[in-house]
Amino acid sequence: MTALLEAEGLVRRYTMRRGLLGRQVELRAVDGVSLRLERGETLGLVGESGCGKSTTGRLVLGLEAPDEGTVRFDGAPVPPVGSAAWRAQRARMQMVFQDPLGALDRRLTIGTQIAEPFEIHGMAGAQDRVAGLLRDVGLREDFAARYPHELSGGQRQRAVLARALATDPALLVCDEPISALDVSVQAQVMNLLIDLQAERRLTMLFISHDLRAVRQVSHRVAVMYLGRIVEEGEPDAVLRDPAHPYAQALVSAIPHPGRTARRQVLQGDPPNPAARPPGCAFHPRCPMAVGLCRSVVPELKPRASDGRRVACHVAQGEAMGEAA
Amino acid sequence: MDDPLVRISGLRVAFDGVPVLRGVDLAVGAGEAVGVVGESGCGKSVTWLAALGLLPGKARVTGSVVLDGQELLGAPMPVLDRVRGGQIAMIFQDPASSLNPVHRIGRQVGEALRLHRGMDGAAARAETRRLLDQVGIPDAGNRMDAYPHELSGGQNQRVMIAMALAGRPRLLVADEPTTALDVTIQAQILDLLATLRAETGMALVLISHDLGVVAETCDRVAVMYAGLVIEEVSSARLFDAPAHPYTQGLLSALPPLDGLPRQHLAAIPGSVPEPRALPPGCAFGPRCPRHASLCDEQVPPLVDVAPGQRAACRILGADVPPAFGLAAA
Ligand SMILES: Nc1ncnc2c1ncn2[C@@H]1O[C@H](COP(=O)(O)OP(=O)(O)OP(=O)(O)O)[C@@H](O)[C@H]1O
Ligand SMILES: Nc1ncnc2c1ncn2[C@@H]1O[C@H](COP(=O)(O)OP(=O)(O)OP(=O)(O)O)[C@@H](O)[C@H]1O
Ligand code: SF4
Ligand code: SF4
Ligand SMILES: [Mg+2]
Ligand SMILES: [Mg+2]
Repeated sequence: MTALLEAEGLVRRYTMRRGLLGRQVELRAVDGVSLRLERGETLGLVGESGCGKSTTGRLVLGLEAPDEGTVRFDGAPVPPVGSAAWRAQRARMQMVFQDPLGALDRRLTIGTQIAEPFEIHGMAGAQDRVAGLLRDVGLREDFAARYPHELSGGQRQRAVLARALATDPALLVCDEPISALDVSVQAQVMNLLIDLQAERRLTMLFISHDLRAVRQVSHRVAVMYLGRIVEEGEPDAVLRDPAHPYAQALVSAIPHPGRTARRQVLQGDPPNPAARPPGCAFHPRCPMAVGLCRSVVPELKPRASDGRRVACHVAQGEAMGEAA
Repeated sequence: MDDPLVRISGLRVAFDGVPVLRGVDLAVGAGEAVGVVGESGCGKSVTWLAALGLLPGKARVTGSVVLDGQELLGAPMPVLDRVRGGQIAMIFQDPASSLNPVHRIGRQVGEALRLHRGMDGAAARAETRRLLDQVGIPDAGNRMDAYPHELSGGQNQRVMIAMALAGRPRLLVADEPTTALDVTIQAQILDLLATLRAETGMALVLISHDLGVVAETCDRVAVMYAGLVIEEVSSARLFDAPAHPYTQGLLSALPPLDGLPRQHLAAIPGSVPEPRALPPGCAFGPRCPRHASLCDEQVPPLVDVAPGQRAACRILGADVPPAFGLAAA
């Protein structure tokens, strides 16, 4: 069976003007990302701010067209944005955004907003379906009559999820769905995502900068750095034994009560996608960098020992003989 | 604590007749690091804004905030001006609103130096550079002339810390200084705060809803719920022996780092009560698995649980099982 989603070599460039009258510079927000999502699988996407997670999410949904690369959904290329075929397919792919209040229209009741896709996509029995969806996400039916500001943060995020589920999508892209929520509400929403995923066999791309949350909901995790995936594997394995030096810094930065050893603090500035360092983009901040790293881009491939996919010369044992 | 640097007692704040702080007691010793955690809206920020006289006029504030024997609530303006920035500095929750986008960052730090230490000219410029260096702004000499939009989020956050440090405060109140940042930059800032504390002996109040961040950075933690401190505990005991059901609930809601993945977290059911419609007695009652009728009789006072640990719950004791299954953190 083909994967539900296959993205090959996605590149997305933006042009940006430096200063008011400055010249245009090109920025590669996503720089050669390939992803594969099997049906019913959740892939977590982590990485620091600005590394291209949200852009990747928009590309796989076809909300933006890639400059290079292809996205195949259910075995067929995603049709051009705005075409009738694209609109028909949109119902099967939904996105949930970070800010639950911003994602809802404050002038409309929750029920009206959940029913909206039925009207757009022409489905009958809206009332009953809204009630069913509200129940599915753990809200009472009478919430349909409420406005967004009458809900708590966690309730709003549930409402957003109910709306996303209204078209019975096969793929759900969740972009930082819990970052804005309190710890106790985060747990409620993560539980809900796990349940929905299991019950509906949803395929999910879960974007977050919180590795703990990613472990909680994902079957697989991909770590991004400056527009590329640098490591990919089973979440527990990556958390226990990260292979890429950037992934090691990420894992070591997770706040951890009772930690005795000082955490490994990443030195240097977050990278600038408009001035991508040559070779491995992480080399200016990497404590393990060797000469090779400054000139040759490491390829994402399974390492010999256990098949973990990692893009690093040292982790791949390609830098033997060079002093670190 | 016999002689704390700051003692807040019975602090109450109401907006338009709605009480949002309902008698907060909290002390911070000289050089101590205290974390304040709790759900959004529980009063973490308002506590310190009230202490520093920074709430809008419509806020009704009662109780007491004593710094070094001096009462701050209702103190005359000149006293408060000397305290703010000089004795107690605050890093506000929203950095964008505290840095002025049209002024160079060096000038903004220099302004704080002029205000609190009467420094001017070359001396101020040299000290500004030293402060920016200290908070880890690379190439501080040149970056002094940068505007906030030319720096990254983490760097702007560090400029704010430099401004707060300009007055050599004895207490730094950092309100969610890392919430908007990702973990690697967050780690840099927490590291910086720890180093500064070791170097200067400054006390720190770290407001956050992230238990991990707080436990790692602070000696002691105050947990707030619906306008009250409901537990006070050393960071070590917070994870090993939390006493209040709400604290236990918060801890069990954290996704674990090991164990079976994709299992249900023990989420606290329900949501926080509206400040204008609080339940009788214990405000956590409607969400508490341990709730009994005696909980509704009165607002539970903070009582000693163990040395260095107090909790505001009517049903405590060694034989009481945890209210929420504690996940291994
Ligand atoms: N429309 C745009 N025009 C120009 N640059 C853009 C645009 N959208 C994104 N970028 C840039 O592309 C890069 C990747 O952005 P993206 O939003 O994908 O990051 P992210 O990983 O989602 O970050 P965050 O964790 O902060 O949400 C950033 O440097 C961003 O500034
Ligand atoms: N200026 C104000 N006018 C009216 N109500 C206010 C004002 N400032 C705060 N409040 C209310 O006081 C309560 C406590 O707010 P506070 O900002 O202290 O919460 P917090 O614990 O800091 O939350 P967060 O984690 O979201 O920052 C909230 O219910 C809030 O809505
Ligand atoms: S390739 Fe080199 S610079 Fe890049 S992560 Fe590996 S060791 Fe570090
Ligand atoms: S006082 Fe009662 S309701 Fe409140 S936390 Fe304790 S047991 Fe629960
Ligand atoms: Mg994003
Ligand atoms: Mg606050």
